[in-house]
Amino acid sequence: MRRGVATALAAAATMAGLILLDASPLRSAAPPAGDEARSLEAYGLMASTLMSPGCQNCHTLTSFPRQDDDRHAHAFNVMRGPDDHGAVGLPCSTCHGRANNAASGVPGAAETWRLAPLGMGWEGLSAAELCRHLKDPANNGNRSGAEVIAHLKTPLVAWAWSPGRDAHGNARATPPLSYADFIAAAESWVSAGEACP
Amino acid sequence: MTQFTLNGRAVTLDADPDMPLLWALRDVLGFTGTKYGCGIAACGACTVHVDGDPVRSCSFPLSAAEGRRIVTIEGLSPDRSHPLQRAWIDEQVPQCGYCQSGMLMAAAALLAVNPRPTDDDIDAAITNICRCGTYARIRKAIHRAAGATP
Repeated sequence: MRRGVATALAAAATMAGLILLDASPLRSAAPPAGDEARSLEAYGLMASTLMSPGCQNCHTLTSFPRQDDDRHAHAFNVMRGPDDHGAVGLPCSTCHGRANNAASGVPGAAETWRLAPLGMGWEGLSAAELCRHLKDPANNGNRSGAEVIAHLKTPLVAWAWSPGRDAHGNARATPPLSYADFIAAAESWVSAGEACP
Repeated sequence: MTQFTLNGRAVTLDADPDMPLLWALRDVLGFTGTKYGCGIAACGACTVHVDGDPVRSCSFPLSAAEGRRIVTIEGLSPDRSHPLQRAWIDEQVPQCGYCQSGMLMAAAALLAVNPRPTDDDIDAAITNICRCGTYARIRKAIHRAAGATP
């Protein structure tokens, strides 16, 4: 348990840009079901990424997406639209293609660009609230733990780790945890019982 | 080789697959009605239709056009008779005119899925930039083309 607290503190410090996360516990054997301490520890690592702009900019509670590390409203009055794919007549795919565009700096992924539904918005939630949100079928797209992990392996989620460069050629920031460690943390969290702080 | 349909005609192009569709249209195929504005999908001057949806062609690689149906301003109508083109003339929308082909293509894409848009619908869908500030006339012309009095 003490290690879990230390990990959570490390996650918070990392979010403040202080140190790198210690993800080494994830590289040991998968924790058994019901190992609450290991599950909490894994969630602490996950939360550092779930609460980063790379996830939160699309998991908004607003009628619009957000952009960049300062999480400003998407430029050009871009709207969420009725189906989370942009305004009627201006789908996200008007600009966002199937890959990052190196020439224009417009992000893209091998999946239709879109926002997470409002019900899956995370803005303003604490790490503990977000944890409960994540495992609540009413707020996670009716997903089981295994299905949440499957979602984390989709191209739009994986994009956060391959965000390319912006229109000025500057590399976009990536989440504090590596993608492999993030997936490993999610798998540990689920297999050990989806414990929440 | 990239093959697609351009304004109803089959096209086969031997060009760099990473070339922006905009360059292919203008420099290779000679369809210069579509304009270059910003090059970062921000202004909308380069808007064309891909399978009926608006796409900013400066940020759309030629490879992504494979097998798709592309329509440019030259293909909006054969004789400038599209309701939006007529409304654009009736309302004397353009000033310098540079952005207007993109505006028309964005407006046509909107009316295709929302035949009677409100002002809010137009504001949400037409994010193209007009340096001359013709936005009020654009909105009026869209309403006119939609058959509604603003």
